[in-house]
Amino acid sequence: MTPLINETFIQIVYLVATALFILALKWLSAPGTARRGVWAGELGMLLAIGGTLLYQGIVDYKWIVIALVLGSIIGVPLGLVHMTAVPQRTALSHACGALCVALVGTAEYYLRAPNVPPFMMAVLSMEVILGSLTFTGSLMATGKLQEILPQRPITYKGQNFVNLSLLALAVIVAAILVLHPGQKHLFPLLIGIPLVFGVMMIVPIGGADMPTVISLLNSYAGLSAAAMGFVLDSKLLIIAGALDGSSGFILSVIMSKAMNRSFTNVLFGAFGQVQPAAVAGEEARTVRSATAEEAASILAAANSVVIVPGYGMAVAQAQHKVRELYDALSKRGVDVKFGIHPVAGRMPGHMNVLLAEADIPYDKLMDMDAINPEFPQTDVVLVIGANDVTNPAARQDQGSPIYGMPILDVDKARTVMVIKRSMSPGFAGIDNPLYYLDKTLMLFGDAKAFVGDIVRELAGGGHA
Amino acid sequence: MTSNLITNLYVFVLAGFIGFEVIRRVSPLLHTPLMSLTNALDAIAVVGAIVLVGEHKSTLATVLGTVAVVAATSNVVGGFLITDRMLKMFKTSKPKKP
Repeated sequence: MTPLINETFIQIVYLVATALFILALKWLSAPGTARRGVWAGELGMLLAIGGTLLYQGIVDYKWIVIALVLGSIIGVPLGLVHMTAVPQRTALSHACGALCVALVGTAEYYLRAPNVPPFMMAVLSMEVILGSLTFTGSLMATGKLQEILPQRPITYKGQNFVNLSLLALAVIVAAILVLHPGQKHLFPLLIGIPLVFGVMMIVPIGGADMPTVISLLNSYAGLSAAAMGFVLDSKLLIIAGALDGSSGFILSVIMSKAMNRSFTNVLFGAFGQVQPAAVAGEEARTVRSATAEEAASILAAANSVVIVPGYGMAVAQAQHKVRELYDALSKRGVDVKFGIHPVAGRMPGHMNVLLAEADIPYDKLMDMDAINPEFPQTDVVLVIGANDVTNPAARQDQGSPIYGMPILDVDKARTVMVIKRSMSPGFAGIDNPLYYLDKTLMLFGDAKAFVGDIVRELAGGGHA
Repeated sequence: MTSNLITNLYVFVLAGFIGFEVIRRVSPLLHTPLMSLTNALDAIAVVGAIVLVGEHKSTLATVLGTVAVVAATSNVVGGFLITDRMLKMFKTSKPKKP
C-alpha cells in the first residue's frame, strides 16, 4: 500500500470503530440489549487497534507487542474482581486511563518542543494537567475504597484555598509554556503540581461522597483523552473522550443532585463539608426494637414489602441472604420490591449490580422516582444498611444539613423496620428521626446475620 | 493546522451532544456497567500510545509510550471483561417471550 492509501484505510477503520462505540453506548441503555453493546465496543476496539498496527510509520513492533501482552495479563485479573470490589476497580481503571494520557502528553511535548504552536501547547497542557490530577486522585479514591487509606474525610482550615492555589499555579505554568514552549525546565511542574493537587483534592472526601467523586474523575479522564485527541489530531480519540467525558458529567450531575449539592460545589471539589449536626435537646427519645422472630411474622403477614439497601448491605456482604429473604417472601405470595437511591453505595448503580449478582430480577429494582409514590401503599419497608437516604429530616427540618436532599419516603409506609448495628449516627453524623417513629422497629445486629435469622424464622425453624 | 483545529472542535462538540443524548437514556439500573464500559472505550487512547512506541523517535518516548500502552491495555481487557460479567447477571423475572 502507498502511504496515502494506508492512511485513508486506517481512517476508515477508525470511522467504523467510532460508529461502533456510539452504538455500544446506545445499546447499553436497556438491559435487554446491553450485552450487544459490549460486543460492539469490543469489535470497535479490535478494529481500531488492528488498524493502528498497520500504520506505516511504525518501525519497531517489539515493545508494542510486549506492552500489549503485559497489559492484557494485568487486565484479566482486574476484570475478574469480586462484584463488591467494583467501585475500587473502577477508580483504579480511571487512574490507568489517566496515566496513559499523561505519559503520552509528556512524550509528545519533549518530542516537539520548542516548536509547539500556542493552541497546541494549551491543549497539551490541559491533557497533562487533567491526566496527572486524575491519576493521583483516582489512586487516592482507590485507596479509600479499598480501605488502605482512612475513609474519614480529613479537613483543615484553608483547605479550599490551598487546593485552588495549587490549581491556579498549574494554570500559570501552563500559560508561561504556551507563550514560551521552549522552557523545558518548567514542564515537570506541569506534571508535578497536578499530581499533588489530585491527592489534596481527595483528602477531604468521605466514603459517602464517593459516587459523585468517581463520576467526576470519570469525566476528567474522558476530557483528558479528548485533549489528547486534539494533540494527536485523532478524531477517534476526540469522540471517545467526549463520550466518556459527557457520561461522567451526566453521572456527576445526577449524583450531586441526589446528594443535594450544587454542581459548582462539586466542580470545585468542596466535598465532605458536612457541618456537625446541631446537637438536639438531649431528650431521651425511645426507640422500639424487635427480634428476628417478630420481624419474620410481620413480614409474613404483609402483602407488599419494599427493601431499601444501602452501603451497609455491601459491607456486610448480605446480598445473598437478602435474596433468600426475597425468595421466602415471594413464595408466600408477598410482593417484594427494592427501592434504590441514586447514591446508595459507593458508586452510581452499585446496589443494582450487587443485587443482580445475587440473582434478584432487575425488574424488581426500582429507582427513587418509581418507588416513592408506592410507599403509602406499602405494608412493610425493610431498610438494610441505609441511613441518610431515608432520613425524613431532609423533607421536614430546615435546620438539618441534609435539608432538601431527595430521599426515599420510607416513613410513609405502614411499618418500617431498620437493620442497624447500633444507634450510633450514620456516616455524616446526622441523627435520623425515622428511628424514633412509632411505626419504626429497630432490628439491631449485623445485616447478614439478621437477615439470615429472619429467613430461618420464615422457614419455620427458628430453634437454632 | 487552523482548519484541522476547527474541524476537531466541531467533532468534539458534536460528539459531546451525541454522548449527552445517548447516555441520558441509560437506565440508572445500569450506571455501574455504563461507567466500566465508557472506561474501556476511553482506553482507545492506546492507539496514540502504540504509534508513539512504534515510531521510536526517542528513547524517552518509547519508554513512556510502553508504560502507557500497558496501562491502557489493562483498561481495555479488564473493562470489557467486567462489563460483560456484570451485564450477564441482570435477569428479569418475566419469562422471555418465544
